[in-house]
Amino acid sequence: MGPLLRALEAVNERLESCAICGNVDTINPCGICVDPRRDARALCVVEEVSDLWALDRSRLFPGKFHVLGGRLSALEGIRPEDLGIDTLVRRIEVGGIDEVVLAMNATLEGQTTAHYIAERIERFPVRITQLAHGLPVGGELDYLDEGTLAQALRARRPVS
Amino acid sequence: MVLTRLSLSDFRSYADALIVPGPRFVVLTGENGAGKTNILEAVSLLAPGRGLRRAALSEMARDGGAGGFGVAARLGDVDLGTGATALAPERRQVRINGAPAAATALSEWLSIVWLTPAMDRLFIEGAANRRRFLDRLVLALHPAHAVHTARYEAAMRARNKLLAEEGRPDPVWLGALEAQMGEHGSALAEARNDTVTALASRLTEAPEGPFARAGLVLDGWSHGDLATELAASRPRDAAAGRTLVGPHRSDLLVTHLGKGQAAERCSTGEQKALLLGLVLAHADLVAERADRRPVLLLDEVAAHLDPLRRTALFERLEAGGGQVWMTGTEEALFEGVPPTAQRLRVERGLIGTI
Repeated sequence: MGPLLRALEAVNERLESCAICGNVDTINPCGICVDPRRDARALCVVEEVSDLWALDRSRLFPGKFHVLGGRLSALEGIRPEDLGIDTLVRRIEVGGIDEVVLAMNATLEGQTTAHYIAERIERFPVRITQLAHGLPVGGELDYLDEGTLAQALRARRPVS
Repeated sequence: MVLTRLSLSDFRSYADALIVPGPRFVVLTGENGAGKTNILEAVSLLAPGRGLRRAALSEMARDGGAGGFGVAARLGDVDLGTGATALAPERRQVRINGAPAAATALSEWLSIVWLTPAMDRLFIEGAANRRRFLDRLVLALHPAHAVHTARYEAAMRARNKLLAEEGRPDPVWLGALEAQMGEHGSALAEARNDTVTALASRLTEAPEGPFARAGLVLDGWSHGDLATELAASRPRDAAAGRTLVGPHRSDLLVTHLGKGQAAERCSTGEQKALLLGLVLAHADLVAERADRRPVLLLDEVAAHLDPLRRTALFERLEAGGGQVWMTGTEEALFEGVPPTAQRLRVERGLIGTI
């Protein structure tokens, strides 16, 4: 146990939030922000660090990330200034970003936050996109709820 | 759509009870206070919402129990369960096939409609109870209605809170919430419109029978650009402390078609017949459109009908099919129910076969 505990302690001491994107890493700026192989023109906005990890697990997204640190919630008193929204706007303002992907959860608060951010950044010349909602891979239709099925139908696309 | 098993643990008057209901009529008889309605309430919790008494969850745990309760049911090969724990007595937990789920997901599996003595005043009371009754009817045809309603109301609460804050609330944040209200509000209004229109035309075309035919009109906000209307209404809403426009203020207007009279001006008996006729027509509509019948919970309904209407009710229910749970104090009330019905006697938290 000794080496493991010492390793965990070392990680705990060195962990910090990335000043650019809000990710958690042992270096600041974080490994993703300083990685030259990443496409700096594409930026994916997520609620929590765990969402970043989920998306980055298999390098699904080639660009960089921005972690908000939560989602807007009037009832819980989580306001825009409590989240990394101003830093996001500044990142986009600086330029060099072509696309912003809003990868919020499909909850009411997640979608409200996505809508809020879209409005805040619509004045910039960037393409604003959102994750699709619908049929999960390997999912069977008769097990899906009506809301998900409706979303999947609305977002149907031509077979190429 | 029938329950094939219902088990209650520490629920109301029941420490532990198991019912293996038959596919059609389940008749529960017993004295006042024996616990008949508790069983119907347990079934009603297998739908989204607060159940047929609209009671707090903490009230449902048995006195002298551990503080939590559980209701579990089997529906074909699907297991539905709900309850609360002693640690979080006000938090409703739902399991579908063993996996945690949102209460709104229950409507995907089962639709339940009930009539209780408290609903005798449905046409006289405020619009909120009529909206709730309508939403239960809508849910049987549009299972996603529960999600749209929950999200619409959550966005509205958040918007009301922002509008009540000191200083000028963030207009972009308000806009984001209004967009959500617009999306979900339109979906819920559309589902209500569809249900009322289909039910109204069914009732209009039906022949006169023992149960008065109801004319139905949905009054209030029904379509349009709700987000824009909400944005325009911000100052008024802030002053009022609530949201003044939207489908949360709609009302179901009911008339007695035969008499051409508003339901609230009809006699108590006529109002009851209207309500019953509405529920029966709805069950037929659901069977036709969704190929499943809602489970009907009729609490003390037979007792308040004259023998002619009581027989007519049992005949309609028998012809329609589907599972119907009924309660009453006297076994004699249910003589007209087919002999295949399951008859249970309820006494002080115990259930026995007759």
